[in-house]
Amino acid sequence: MKERGPGPSAFHLLFTVLGSILVLFVLAPLGGMFLATSLGELGRAAADEAVTAALVLSLSAGLAATLVTTLFGVPLAWILARKEFRGKSLLSALVDLPMVVPHTAAGIALLSVFGRETWAGRILGSLGLGFTGTFLGITAAMAFVSLPFLVNAAREGFSAVPERLEKAARSLGASPWRVFRTVSLPLAKRSILAGMIMMWGRGISEFGAVVIIAYHPMTATVLIAERFNDYGLAYARSAAVLLLLAAVALFLLLRVLSGKEVPGGGGRARG
Amino acid sequence: MLEVEGIYLEVGDFRLGEADLEVGEGEYFVLLGPSGSGKSLFLEVLAGLRRPDRGRISWKGEDVTRLPPEERGFSLLYQDYALFPHMTVEENIAYGPRAGGLSRADARRAARRAADLAGASHLLRRMPGTLSGGEKQRVALARALAPRPALVLLDEPLSALDWGRRRELRRELRDLHGATGTTFLHVTHDPEEALYLADRIGVMLRGRLRGAGRAEEIFRNPPDPEVGAFLGMRNLLPAAFLREGYCLVGEKEVAAASAAPGLTHVWIKPEDVLLSLEAFPSSARNQFEGRVADWEPAGPLLAVKVDLGGFSLAALVTRRSFEELGIGRGRRVFCTFKSSAVVTVGGAGGEARKARGGKGLPGEIS
Repeated sequence: MKERGPGPSAFHLLFTVLGSILVLFVLAPLGGMFLATSLGELGRAAADEAVTAALVLSLSAGLAATLVTTLFGVPLAWILARKEFRGKSLLSALVDLPMVVPHTAAGIALLSVFGRETWAGRILGSLGLGFTGTFLGITAAMAFVSLPFLVNAAREGFSAVPERLEKAARSLGASPWRVFRTVSLPLAKRSILAGMIMMWGRGISEFGAVVIIAYHPMTATVLIAERFNDYGLAYARSAAVLLLLAAVALFLLLRVLSGKEVPGGGGRARG
Repeated sequence: MLEVEGIYLEVGDFRLGEADLEVGEGEYFVLLGPSGSGKSLFLEVLAGLRRPDRGRISWKGEDVTRLPPEERGFSLLYQDYALFPHMTVEENIAYGPRAGGLSRADARRAARRAADLAGASHLLRRMPGTLSGGEKQRVALARALAPRPALVLLDEPLSALDWGRRRELRRELRDLHGATGTTFLHVTHDPEEALYLADRIGVMLRGRLRGAGRAEEIFRNPPDPEVGAFLGMRNLLPAAFLREGYCLVGEKEVAAASAAPGLTHVWIKPEDVLLSLEAFPSSARNQFEGRVADWEPAGPLLAVKVDLGGFSLAALVTRRSFEELGIGRGRRVFCTFKSSAVVTVGGAGGEARKARGGKGLPGEIS
């Protein structure tokens, strides 16, 4: 709209209309769902222990998945951003793979490695850690399907740090570990944080992989599906709105964090 | 002393070396070469940021070829300064001392000392993003000096600056080198910068080090014509030995004090060529008539190209005398230069000249 040409052209008009239809397609169902849910219904859902337990489980398993993945994903992202090696493109394709694997298939795949009858499952079992129908299983399912978001965001963050900064730091006497801690990580922090939030949000919304591994304890998505199947739309809707609100809150947090691009970092000027 | 022996490295299609080099302690050594000649790569090898395929680097007799960069004590200063954007200037400068194990307070003191030296004390609280090019340069210098490195590696430190800043900081670089007594190895593509700063100069062309020597020596007596051509030496002309004291340049007989059999080129420095409208009696043995072909700015001066028939010669004149001479294309002028101003390349001339103690710095042209 910055263009001040001789009035809107037909071309401009057509693209605006086409684009608006898509925006409406996103906005209308979400808005409609909100409007169709009365505050009373929402309050009853929030007071329903099954609903709150499911929400807490979704949020906490998603968070656990994100934190554990960060521990492994940040080093992987750094390697992908900094190192050249044979098979690198294969490796980055592998990281993206969970995005195209059908999520129910991902759940089946996880079960066939960690299920009760597998050797990995038996090792977990002997440690007192069940996989099927447990917090651990849910966390693994969420991590599997959402890790590409974190790894790719962190990788882009590291790629955006000029390598010369790291090299200069080395020549000033800093070890690789110190350079990572004092230069690479602080400069990529924002991207990593954005990736973590995206991953958390994606993890919370996961249904397919989770439902294969754990019907109980019930995550919010499974609960919504069950209520819809058993009782119908109206009954499922209030829980769906609550889950949506949680997701939107995360999404806003992400926008706030990634939107605050103050060059030089503002308040640090005082030594 | 820094000793580099047979360093060789292949990166894609580019080959560096084999390079041999010696830089004395406390020396200001300038490595001169066009962009893409491998100078920066060479610096990264010295800094330990790239491992050479073969060869040896030693410092004070100790082999450092396999040492990681942080254990070498060589600071690297990049052309774009590579300041840490998330730290204040003071934190930037204190980075090296902190990494070297100093306490926060000691590192801060070291940073302030280095900032004083480099003229960056007034910038300590600023963030790098708010600094001008010249200020960044001072901060980068202070940061490189703060850990008291044995050797400072400077990669085109002045080329991101405008002309005025460049001259100012060039002088400060020289002073800083004098004040710290640290060994400087400075890489540049600018022959004038090299001449101004260097105790000794090495020339790198297409990944190969083509001779090193005292600054004036390299300019007076380039190791080969390609080096001469790169050094931006106007008036480097193909020539042939004629007889004792004379050579043939473009079929003209030129008196050259150092002419010796086997010479291939002569270099008549543009600042040694006097331009006049009339022929005049002079002790200078060479005077040729020609016509002005062209001119171009050369720093604050003008380089006037004169066609002498068979070859052309550039002469440096001030803008004022350019106007007084009323120079225009095709204008008839005389070029006059001494036979001792004719530098010969190849043959025994260079050696003979050295033996006679032929010295004299071409000087700061600007």
